[in-house]
Amino acid sequence: MSFEIFISQFFGGLSVAMLLFLVASGLTLIFGVAKVFNFAHGSFYMIGAYFSYQAIALFDNFWIGALAAALGAGLVGMLLEICFIRRIAGREEEGAFQILLTYAFILILDDAVKFIWGPAYKTISKPESLAGSMDFGAVTIPTYNMFIIVLGLVIVVSAWYVLSRTKTGKIIQAASTDTQMVGMLGVNVSLVMSLVFGVATAMGGLAGAMAAPLRTIAPGTGVEVIIDSLIVVVIGGLGNFWGALFAALLIGEVNAFGILWMPQWASLLSFAVMIVVLIFKPKGLFSREKGRKKI
Amino acid sequence: MNNKLTTMAPWLAYFLIFGSLIFVGGDHTIHIASQVIILGLFAIAFNVLFGTTGLLSFGQAIFYGLGAYITGMMAKSFGGDFFVWALLIAPAAAIVLSVLLGVLSLRLSDVYFTMLTLAFAQLAWGICVKWSSFTGGDDGIQAIPKPELLAGGLNYYIFSFVIVTACLYLLWRLDRSPFGSVLKGIRQNPTRISFIGMNVFRHKLLAYMISSCFTAIAGGLYAGIDKSIHPDMFVWTMSGSIILMTILGGMRSFFGPLIGVAVFILLEDEIGRATQYWSFVIGAIMITVVLLFPKGIVGISRHFARLFAKKGGQRDNP
Repeated sequence: MSFEIFISQFFGGLSVAMLLFLVASGLTLIFGVAKVFNFAHGSFYMIGAYFSYQAIALFDNFWIGALAAALGAGLVGMLLEICFIRRIAGREEEGAFQILLTYAFILILDDAVKFIWGPAYKTISKPESLAGSMDFGAVTIPTYNMFIIVLGLVIVVSAWYVLSRTKTGKIIQAASTDTQMVGMLGVNVSLVMSLVFGVATAMGGLAGAMAAPLRTIAPGTGVEVIIDSLIVVVIGGLGNFWGALFAALLIGEVNAFGILWMPQWASLLSFAVMIVVLIFKPKGLFSREKGRKKI
Repeated sequence: MNNKLTTMAPWLAYFLIFGSLIFVGGDHTIHIASQVIILGLFAIAFNVLFGTTGLLSFGQAIFYGLGAYITGMMAKSFGGDFFVWALLIAPAAAIVLSVLLGVLSLRLSDVYFTMLTLAFAQLAWGICVKWSSFTGGDDGIQAIPKPELLAGGLNYYIFSFVIVTACLYLLWRLDRSPFGSVLKGIRQNPTRISFIGMNVFRHKLLAYMISSCFTAIAGGLYAGIDKSIHPDMFVWTMSGSIILMTILGGMRSFFGPLIGVAVFILLEDEIGRATQYWSFVIGAIMITVVLLFPKGIVGISRHFARLFAKKGGQRDNP
C-alpha cells in the first residue's frame, strides 16, 4: 500500500468515524442521562437526511437543510419522548418495553418517510463552497470530508464542555444520578430529560444531513446506522462518551482499510472487531463497573 | 379437580382448533394454520427466554434461520428423504451455536445482551447474503425436496402439528418443572437465586440452549411449508415480529404467544394484503400494546374473567 493511498483511506475513515460518532454519542448520551435505550436512534439519522432534502428542495441552501435536519429530528425526538417513552417510566421490566417501544418507532418512521417521500432513493449534493478538494503534496482529500472531521471535533469538544464544565451539564448529570433530589431543588427534571432527548436526536439528524451528500437517502437507512452505532457503543461502553469516540474511530478506520483488504466482507469486519473486544472486555473497552442499569 | 380442568383447558382448545382444521380446513386455511403453529412454536420457545427468564433476545432469528438453512440445504443436497433427518440435525447445530453465543452474550446484562444478540443475528444475515455460492445469497433456496409422504399441504400440516405438539408438551412440562421455577426466580430476583446456591449463569445458558433448539426446529419446519427459504429469516425484523406476537398474546402465559401469533398472522393476511404500509400497522399495534395492554390478549381476557367472576360472586352472596 502506497503512502498516498494510506493517507487518503485514513482521512476517509476519519470522516466516516465522525458521522458514526455523532449518532453513537447521541445514543450514549440518552442512555447515560435519561437511562433510555433509544433503539430508534438510527431513524432520526434517516429523517434528518429527509428533512434536509426537503429544505434544500425548498430553499436551495445546504446550511438551511442542515439546520432543518437538526431541528426537525430534535423536535420529533422530544415529541416521541413526551408522548410515549415517558409514559412507561418506572414500569416493571421498563428496559425491555423501552426497546420494544423504540423498535415500533423504527417501523413507523420507515413507513412514514416512504409515505411522504416515496420509496425511491434521494440524493443531495455537497455545498459549492465545500465541493472541491484539498491538496497536500501527493495526497488529495475532498474538502467536504475535512469539513466533517472538523465539525465532528467541534461537536465533541462542545458536548464535553457543556456536560462537564457548565451548570447545565451539572444539572443533567445530577438528574441522572438522583432524579428525586434534583426535582426537590426546583429543577424540572422531566423537561431536562426531554431536552437531552431532543439534543441527542438532533445530533443524529445532523449526522444524517451531513452524511447525505456522501451516501444516498432511502427508507431503512436508519437500520444500518443503528447497527453500526450499536457496535460502537458496545465496544466503547454504553453511556461512555470518550469510549464512543474511540470506538467510532476504530470502526471507521477498520472499514476504510478493510475495504482494500477484503472488499466483499468489509461490512462484516465491524462485527468481528466487536466480538474480539467482547471476548476480552465483555463490557466494552472503557467499561466502568458502577452505574449500569438493569432491565 | 376444577384446578386440573383450568390447566388442561388451553390444551383442549389447542387440540380442538388445530386438530379440527385437519378435517375442515381448505388449502388456504391449512397454509395459514401451518404458519401459525410453526411460528407459534418459535414464539413459545422465545418466551422461555423473555417471559419466563426475563432475557430479551433480539436475535432469535439466527436460530430460526439456521434451522431453516440446515434443513433446506441438506434436503437439497442429499435428497428429499433426508429432510426429516435434517430436522434432527438442525436443533443439534442450534444447541452448539447457542452455547458459543450464549457464553459470549449472557455474561452481559440487560441492554447489552439484547444488542449483542441482535448484532450476532445481523452478522449471520450478512454472511448468508454475501456467501452466495454456499447459501444462494439474496435469492435463498427454492424447490426444497421433501419425502413423498409429506408432499401435500395437508400432509405437511399434520406432520408439523405432531412435531409442534410434541415440542410444546416438552416446553410445557419444562415450564411447570422445578427448573422452570428457577428460571422465573431468575427473572424476579437473580440475587436470591444465587443466594440459595443456584448458578444463575448456568440456568440462563440452559434456557438459551433450550429456546434456541426449539427455535431451530420451527425454522426447519418452516423450510417445508413453501419449500423455499431466504436470508430474511435471519433479519432483525423477524426477531422483532416474534417479540411483538409474544407480547400481543401475553408473555406471562404459556399459550399466550401462540394466541399472539394467530392474531398477528390473521391480521397480516387481511390487512397486509390491503396496504403496503404493513410495518406502520405493526408499529402502531406494538405501541398500543406496550402502552395500554402490556399483558397482552391473555391479560385482558383474564382481567374480564375476574370481573365476571366477582359479579357472579356478589349475586350469590347477599
